[in-house]
Order: sequence, then C-alpha cells, then structure tokens
Amino acid sequence: MTVNAFVVLSALLFSIGGLGVLIRRNAIVVFMCIELMLNATNLAFVSFARQWGNLQGQVFAFFVMVVAAAEVVVGLAIIVTIFRTRRSASVDDASLLKL
Amino acid sequence: MSPDVTVLAAAGSAGQTAAIWVLAPISVLAALGMITVRKAVHSALLLAVVMISLAILYAVQDAPFLSVVQVIVYTGAVLMLFLFVVMLVGIESGEAVVETLKGHRALAWVVAIVFGIVVIAAFGQVTLRTAVGLADANQQGNVVGLASLLFTKYVYAFEVTSALLITAVLGAMVLAHRERLEPKRTQRDYVRARMRAYAERGAHPGQRILPGVIAQHNSVVTPARLADGTHVSMEIPGVRESSEPTPEELAAEEADEAEVSGRERAARASLRGEADDGEPGRDGDRSDREDSEVQS
Repeated sequence: MTVNAFVVLSALLFSIGGLGVLIRRNAIVVFMCIELMLNATNLAFVSFARQWGNLQGQVFAFFVMVVAAAEVVVGLAIIVTIFRTRRSASVDDASLLKL
Repeated sequence: MSPDVTVLAAAGSAGQTAAIWVLAPISVLAALGMITVRKAVHSALLLAVVMISLAILYAVQDAPFLSVVQVIVYTGAVLMLFLFVVMLVGIESGEAVVETLKGHRALAWVVAIVFGIVVIAAFGQVTLRTAVGLADANQQGNVVGLASLLFTKYVYAFEVTSALLITAVLGAMVLAHRERLEPKRTQRDYVRARMRAYAERGAHPGQRILPGVIAQHNSVVTPARLADGTHVSMEIPGVRESSEPTPEELAAEEADEAEVSGRERAARASLRGEADDGEPGRDGDRSDREDSEVQS
C-alpha cells in the first residue's frame, strides 16, 4: 500500500492542530494542539521511512518525541508559573510584552 | 521474492488499509473534538484517542519501537503531565469567549482550511512508487536497526539531546520553584500556638469532635450532638458552626418536635387501632424526627 493516505491524514491532523492553536484561548489546550501538530509530523516521518525503505525517518520521529517531551515539561512549568502570578490560564492575559 | 514474503507483504498491506480506514476517521474526529470541546480535561482525553490511533498506525507501518514509545511517552507521560496541570490550574478556568481581534476566529478557520488544502493538493501532485517497505531495514529487528543508526550516524544529535533534557529539567525546576518566605511550621510550633490560644482565649486545646460522635449515625452529614441532644459547636465540618440554633430557636424546635411526635404517635395509634402505645415509642419518634431534619 502506498503512503498517500497516511500523509494526507498527517496533513489533516496538522491543519487541525494549527486551527486549534489559532482559535483556542486556554493555554493548556493551545499546548495540546501543538502536541497534535508534532504527532502529525511524526506520522509523516514514519510513513516516508516506509516509502523509501530506510530507518532515518523513524530516527527523526524519535528525536521529535524527545524534543516534544522536553518542551512539554518547560511549557507546562511556564503555564503553571503564569497561572500562579496572574490567576489565569488564558493566553490573552499574558500580554506584558505587548506595546 | 519467495511466496512467504509475498504473503506477508499482502497481509501487511491489508492491515495497513484496514487500519487507515478505521483509524483516520476516528483520529480526525477526535482531533476536531479536541479543539471544539469546552473543558480542558475532555480535550486531553480526546488527544489520548488521537495518540493511541497514531500508535497503531506506527505499528502497522513497521515501526513497533516508535509505536510502543508513542504509547509510553505520549499517552503515558505527556498526557499525565497535561492532566496534572489541568488539575493544578483548575478545570473551571474557562475559556474567554470574547474575540480580542476582530474576525479572528473566522479567519483562523479560513487559514487552516486553505493550509490543509494546499498541503494535500501539493502532495497530490506527487506520484510515488509503491512503498519500498522496511523488510530489508528491519532484517535484524526494528530496535537494532534504529540503534545502529542512532549510535553511529546520529550520535552527535543524540548527545546534544542529553544537554537538552538536562536544560529542560533545570528550567522546570527553576520555573516551578517558589521561595519559602517564612520558616516551616513544625509540630512543636503548632502545639505552642494551640497552648497560647488556650492560655489567652481559653480555646479548647484538644482534638475537635468528629461528625457523628454521640449522634446516631456515623455519617459526615450527621451533626455531633451531646447526650442530651444539644449541638456541639466544635465538631470538624466547620459549616455547621454558624447554623447553631439560639435558645429561642431551640425552644421553638422543641415545641415543634413535641407537636409533630404527638401527631405521629396519634397517626400510628390510629393505624394500629390502639388507644395509646405509651412512652417507650417517644424515643423512636424523636430520633426519626431528627433524622428527617438532618436530611432536609
């Protein structure tokens, strides 16, 4: 079976994740959408690894997972810190850098 | 190609077709649900659905190691972390409905749809041969193949990853750390404070009374009462303290109670067809009355 269907699914999930990042205001949900986008790219990596018959795509997917795990830890710590100081998890409330 | 390999390849292809047709709708619907439901907890659970679907899709695409890592790291660790933060931040920290930028939501939909169409159309322009498949690369096993790449060609990236992980750990510790501004209170301090309150205000130094002690039921909704039925003001669920009746209310309650129990007694007597069942029934009536009072 060709990898077309898998890559199309990956593109769909990536678009949905991007849409979620744009429309949601809750920082935690925005973060989940970023995770969804990373997962979608992983699916594309794994699919193309099968398409070309070498494992480098899977190694890259593995690295994406490692970086995503590190990113989740720091990102959630930032969200908790912001919530502690401003009592809000909305991305609109953290606007100190705005002119 | 030997017949075995052909059969295996056909079976793998059938598995892939079945998996993609079943899991693609599930994961797309779950992803759409994730961005539309209101509660963050529901979003996290729908994200778990997407991630497990992706793990199965990895498994049918000859990536067993990544499939397992997906379940353990993403569905296990990362989603648990998300749920923990949802718990810390509070489930009710709701979503602001007001648009900060005008037309932002509609534009976001347009952008996402256009982006999806462009990517899918661009991919549609490409004609791919039949997939080579990973049968050759996975000859010694998927994990061995990955490891031999990871520790030879990508060993530098692998080492840099360790620096990234340590930085992330430090970052999380620094961000989540809160300086203790006053010394920690020990048991000794608590006892001192309690004794000082006893010396100055005469506050009871002992344990507070548990709910249901001396009452008839051992439930938290049953207020503690003394043997004569009076309310104990220092029982543990503090909410009842304010509702302690004043003497006038107590007197009114007494009268009410007597009237009700008298009525009940009369009703029972008429039911049984007896003239009077005497005093022994009184205690039972009283406890019934008290129970119904607590329930209401």
